[in-house]
Amino acid sequence: MKLTKLLASTAIGAAVAFGASAASAKELTVVSWGGAYTKSQVEAYHKPYIAKTGVKIKSEDYNGGIAEIKAQVEAGNVTWDIVDVELSDAIRACDEGLLETIDHSALPAGADGTPAKDDFLAGTLYDCAVANIVWSTIFAYDSSKMANGPKTMADFFDVAKFPGKRGLRKGAKVNLEFALIADGVAAKDVYGVLATPEGVDRAFKKLDTIKKDVVWWEAGAQPPQMLADGEVAMTTAYNGRIFNAVAGEGKPFEIVWDGQVWDLDLWVIPKGAKNKDTAMDFLKFSTATEQLAKQASYISYGPARKSSAPLVGKYDGKDIDMGPQMPTNPANLANAVQNNFEFWADNADQLNERFNAWLAK
Amino acid sequence: MEDAFVRFDKVQKSYDGEILVVKDLNLDIPKGEFLTMLGPSGSGKTTSLMMLAGFEPATHGDIYLGGESINNVPPNKRGIGMVFQNYALFPHMTVAENLAFPLKVRKLGAADIEAKVQRALDMVELGQMGGRRPAQLSGGQQQRVAVARALVFDPSLILMDEPLGALDKQLREQMQYEIKHIHENLGVTVVYVTHDQSEALTMSDRIAVFNDGVIQQLSTPDDLYERPQNSFVAQFIGENNRLHGKVAGVSGDECKVELDGGGEVVAKTVNNTASVGERTTLSLRPERVEIEPKKGQTDNTVTGEIKELIYLGDHIRTRMEVAGNDEFIVKVPNSAGNKPLAEGAQVKVGWKAEDCRALDPMAV
Amino acid sequence: MSDAAMGMNQAANSGASSGPLIAADGIPLKQKLAKTTRRMKIQAFMLTVPLVLFLLVSFVLPIGQMLYRSVHNPTGSNVMPNFAVAIKDWDGQGLPSEEIFEVFVKDMTAAKKNREVGKTIGNLATRVNYEIPGSRSLFTKTARKTKNITEGPYKEALFAIDKRWDSPQLWLTLQRVTNDYTIAFYLAATDRKFDEKGNIVLADELYQIYLPILWKTIWLSALITGLCFIIAYPVAYLLSTLPLRTSNLLMILVLLPFWTSLLVRTSAWIAMLQTEGIINNVFVYLGFISDENRIQMIYNMTGTVISMVHILLPFMILPLYSVMKTIPPSYMRAARSMGASGTYAFTKVYFPQTIPGIAAGTLLVFILAIGYYITPALVGGSDGLLISNLIADHIKKTLNWSLGAALGTILLVVVLIFYWLYNKLVGVDNLKFG
Repeated sequence: MKLTKLLASTAIGAAVAFGASAASAKELTVVSWGGAYTKSQVEAYHKPYIAKTGVKIKSEDYNGGIAEIKAQVEAGNVTWDIVDVELSDAIRACDEGLLETIDHSALPAGADGTPAKDDFLAGTLYDCAVANIVWSTIFAYDSSKMANGPKTMADFFDVAKFPGKRGLRKGAKVNLEFALIADGVAAKDVYGVLATPEGVDRAFKKLDTIKKDVVWWEAGAQPPQMLADGEVAMTTAYNGRIFNAVAGEGKPFEIVWDGQVWDLDLWVIPKGAKNKDTAMDFLKFSTATEQLAKQASYISYGPARKSSAPLVGKYDGKDIDMGPQMPTNPANLANAVQNNFEFWADNADQLNERFNAWLAK
Repeated sequence: MEDAFVRFDKVQKSYDGEILVVKDLNLDIPKGEFLTMLGPSGSGKTTSLMMLAGFEPATHGDIYLGGESINNVPPNKRGIGMVFQNYALFPHMTVAENLAFPLKVRKLGAADIEAKVQRALDMVELGQMGGRRPAQLSGGQQQRVAVARALVFDPSLILMDEPLGALDKQLREQMQYEIKHIHENLGVTVVYVTHDQSEALTMSDRIAVFNDGVIQQLSTPDDLYERPQNSFVAQFIGENNRLHGKVAGVSGDECKVELDGGGEVVAKTVNNTASVGERTTLSLRPERVEIEPKKGQTDNTVTGEIKELIYLGDHIRTRMEVAGNDEFIVKVPNSAGNKPLAEGAQVKVGWKAEDCRALDPMAV
Repeated sequence: MSDAAMGMNQAANSGASSGPLIAADGIPLKQKLAKTTRRMKIQAFMLTVPLVLFLLVSFVLPIGQMLYRSVHNPTGSNVMPNFAVAIKDWDGQGLPSEEIFEVFVKDMTAAKKNREVGKTIGNLATRVNYEIPGSRSLFTKTARKTKNITEGPYKEALFAIDKRWDSPQLWLTLQRVTNDYTIAFYLAATDRKFDEKGNIVLADELYQIYLPILWKTIWLSALITGLCFIIAYPVAYLLSTLPLRTSNLLMILVLLPFWTSLLVRTSAWIAMLQTEGIINNVFVYLGFISDENRIQMIYNMTGTVISMVHILLPFMILPLYSVMKTIPPSYMRAARSMGASGTYAFTKVYFPQTIPGIAAGTLLVFILAIGYYITPALVGGSDGLLISNLIADHIKKTLNWSLGAALGTILLVVVLIFYWLYNKLVGVDNLKFG
């Protein structure tokens, strides 16, 4: 894995060096999460941008986190120009000085002329980051194997009523929220409860009830695979991955929106990026109303601009309305939690430690 | 022989089901004998030894030890001492522990073991070396330890598989005498395998010459040398001059042979193999050939040319061309009366009919 | 040789009786010898230069850096240089003085403007959060407001922003954090921490993770080593005794996994062992287990053990094989001829001679297992995680490199201890790796 990465970066390095010496052709390295998600970005952002500007775009995959960004910035050799990150990572990287700051006023206005700072959903613009989509962690099951499937988060934790293995992401984040919701905590109170030691105990106690039935996953591509293999009866997952397995591959999976924890993905530019200006230009281009709406027709992640919402149409070449598939669809938001990045920034280290200790027991 | 201690009875051995490595081996070894299996590599001698030791099963036939068939007796129950080619001393044990091994297996008391080990070490003159590891000993010392270990549990039969092969010449000769003396002193039966004919001649009571899976001749050393029964034995044991020819006439145990290189000689018929008109190979020891013999002293006289003279002190090794054979060797004693020889000179050579054996024909 | 040289030579020889030996040209023989061999020594050294440099750059320096990083963390003094000096000599009683508070507020205001990597408030907040979980936001929030504090009393102004500043523990922690050298990460790595008074105490049981995992790693490695040994010994014996043609073929089978990507092999085990996998399917088909009670063999300790035994097996087979290959069959024959049964001969003669191979194989497998990362990460699931997975977590996810370094150093020490034990028991000279 290391080696391929090394080879890839060598190839990129060589390409960059070659490109620079060859002509004035501009280059840009865009880093994202791979799979269906990157594909949606390539279709909605990269291709139109290449067509418009002639910039060569190198698309790289990663598994999240800010370790690579930190390593590159500290080594003074930043090969990534623009990176798609989670909110808590964006905040932390910004706090630690790893990112370029972004001038919000330079962002394009909405299609209807609304200034960018008003057109973007509340809480999607930050000093060093601009959100592009809203995504969500939900849970899903195979409806062909479970005719009368689960309806609520409590059902997910009820192995007596719905026997079978459960897939959960390995880590404290989201799982603790799910556990509290399943235990009867209202969505709006989740972080309040979790902030107390009793709340944390309560969440772990709830997790205890299904611990022996859990299969843990780490990469976003795993849960649909585990469902397809029959390895688990139901699993938490990123909603877009399940949607694409349903829409793209015709899998009989059903998403349960109850208790979903939604979050943002944002563009950030590592400090000292080699093609900083091009990256900024690309950022402006890709977060415009039209592009954000276009991306939503390839994957069921909601655009971060209000003005994009009306433009979201049907799934790429098929008769599937994208609107109801979005985490931000009102019906889906009935009992939903927005990931509290501040809570996790404060408590991730400690809760992950406890989570690991709990896991190892 | 009813009193044979070791008996091979119609033993055959094949590893692959296609080639017989040992073909119909019949061999009786009386108690107390030092018998050597001699032969080139691949002749079946080591295989025969391994069958006797129990490491290889006989494909056919029986092997008896002390009158009992041992075909189904595992090697550890045969009570045979063995000395291996590379000694097989256990490297992780001291010399004394090596010697104690067979005694411990037999569950002897500690005091008993100690006494026997010391006696065995003394016997091979290594009394002080008991605490050392085999790797700290010289080759000769290791060899002695190996012999002592094979003897320490008082087996009545000892097998030795080319035990001196790894030693240099001088040490080898010394060890030959030592082993011979141990054999004489203990009266134990020894079956010894070697490909070195001088070693076999030095040590053995009898020698079984193996070739091609068959015993070519089983005899005492002097008999083998003086009276080889076939060309292979004649050639394998000692130095040998060969002359090829055709039998021209037979009278009694002598025959007339027309040599391929010209001339006619009288030879001793062996095994009645020669009948008129058949080809034969004559065998003649170099020391039995006379240069310029007096009339009547030899039965045969032919002329040859001296090709090479090698001065060896007590004798002069003379290579000649005789009857078409240019590897004809004559050992000329360096005695006072002999005339000096010169390379290229034509001289007469002669020998007695009884020293020249007409054997089975060999390829020219 | 000329006459003159002969004369010199004689002089040299005659001089030998009185002093050090002199060479023909009057230079002491030892010097002369050193001079003639120096060239060879330099040449020999030059040949090793690439390796030495490589090791230095790729091995010695990183490990040295790791050791250093585990005790050296200058975040505090980088972010708040003046405060670091001011609080250094504080006696730790109650709260620091107003002057120290003033320096703190000014440093914080200055740091808030700093965007330099490693010197931002975020860096300090992260560092303090390691010691007081939940305090991160206290720093980031406060830093947004300190620029409004223009005059004293600074203490009260800070308390007005957030009550949590009125905590002796926080200031004790800040004093520790602004010291560049710390044992905090070793404490964390051994499930210990500083309490409110600055004493070292054991962490809450619910949060103890590193020592339990370390013990588990050690005994799992021992288990894997033992299983490898049990499987490898007969295989190596077979390999060493079979005819060359057959044994070469078998050897290829042994080495085949070596030539296959680790990921492919691990994925193959996933396909084999998962609940809907081949083995479970066969069991269900044969009626050993019912369809509902399929055995969980992967994503847990069982999966980790099975696939690691498979992956590490060649490392056990190869040293065993290379040692067994050098043991001639005549040893066993000799033992048998002396009356030993097969079992006795094996235990007393053959087995002891394979000990160098066993020692090398077990040491190799154990050390590899104790630091193994990728396989437990893929198939370890919840209870099959090893210490290296936690180290990787801290390097890649939580970015607490100091804690990762401390854990790495502890792992290194554990390995060295085992190596030392081995040296005592077997003797490193006796190891035979191949």
